[in-house]
Amino acid sequence: MHELSLLEDVLQILEENAESQGYRRVKRIWLEIGQLSCVEPEALRFAFDAVMKDTLADRAALEIVEQPGQGECAGCHRTVPVESLYAPCPQCGHYEVQITEGMAMRVKQLEVE
Amino acid sequence: MCSTCGCGHAETRIETHSHDAATHHHHTHQHSDAHDARRLQIEQDILGRNNAYAEENRRYFRQHGIFALNLVSAPGAGKTALLTATIDALKPHCAIGVIEGDQQTRRDADRIRETGAGVIQINTGKGCHLDAHMVGHAVAELQPADDSVLMIENVGNLVCPAMFDLGEAHKVVILSVAEGEDKPLKYPDMFYAADVMLINKIDLLPYVEFDVQQCIAYAREVNAGIRIIQLSATRGNNLGEWTEWIKQGLKQRRVA
Repeated sequence: MHELSLLEDVLQILEENAESQGYRRVKRIWLEIGQLSCVEPEALRFAFDAVMKDTLADRAALEIVEQPGQGECAGCHRTVPVESLYAPCPQCGHYEVQITEGMAMRVKQLEVE
Repeated sequence: MCSTCGCGHAETRIETHSHDAATHHHHTHQHSDAHDARRLQIEQDILGRNNAYAEENRRYFRQHGIFALNLVSAPGAGKTALLTATIDALKPHCAIGVIEGDQQTRRDADRIRETGAGVIQINTGKGCHLDAHMVGHAVAELQPADDSVLMIENVGNLVCPAMFDLGEAHKVVILSVAEGEDKPLKYPDMFYAADVMLINKIDLLPYVEFDVQQCIAYAREVNAGIRIIQLSATRGNNLGEWTEWIKQGLKQRRVA
């Protein structure tokens, strides 16, 4: 359910930028969503149209750019891909992997007019 | 409409501070004929607004020596019982304030009020978590004392509260032995975000199938550095380890 309130925050970002960047409509939105963030892309898509209805982003297209997980292993000190928060290091099996990428939730790019 | 920041959250109710119905995102749809589409690089964190409010809260807590804890768990893990037991144990040593988050009712706040601690209830309505903005308002209403402990009881939910920083010093996740020991794996975001895990209701261990060591191992797979305290809030078992940890945290933050 937090996808709904995140989208409300996305809408606020769109509205704030409309003033400063001088646009009236948002036609396409690129959201960067880390694979290790607590966001389910399908839930975002599901709620997106409802939240944007009757706003400056009514009927805008949603593009989700997934950011893969990555971390530094405290065991072997290598930079490794991370598939989940509880997965061990794929190189050495150590569990202490400091996440460096994959937590992002970002409005990346807009197509506006 | 809120007087400090002009907000208008429809469903949220903070005691003695009601927000009017939201109207802030119903804008007239305007058709544009003359403008061509163009692309803008925005690169803005979706949680940026929440995080800015959280930093404001954190600054306030630091200035006033307030040790703020964000208590999170599934419904029924014993957060409110833990709070009342903690307040009773800490009352002789320091001032304690409580912010109670629930979707509906003031029942929890009433339970806390009986202990004599200052308490503000936030009802999130349909909302599934507290955010930093609500907590900022609740703090303004509660006016916690300098050099006090502030316990923020989040909405009972192991998912959404993980991502919303409230400005707390630590997230504390509570898991009771009446639940599954594999919860840290099932809800890893929360156990990753927390600094402390309390395993509550340990007095029930003889009657339930709960492997404490396995639970601890799972929690450390998600979060190698998580501090773990086993206790029973209602029977008082090992409550002292928890309250000592709070006292130490408070001592490090004292401004007076």
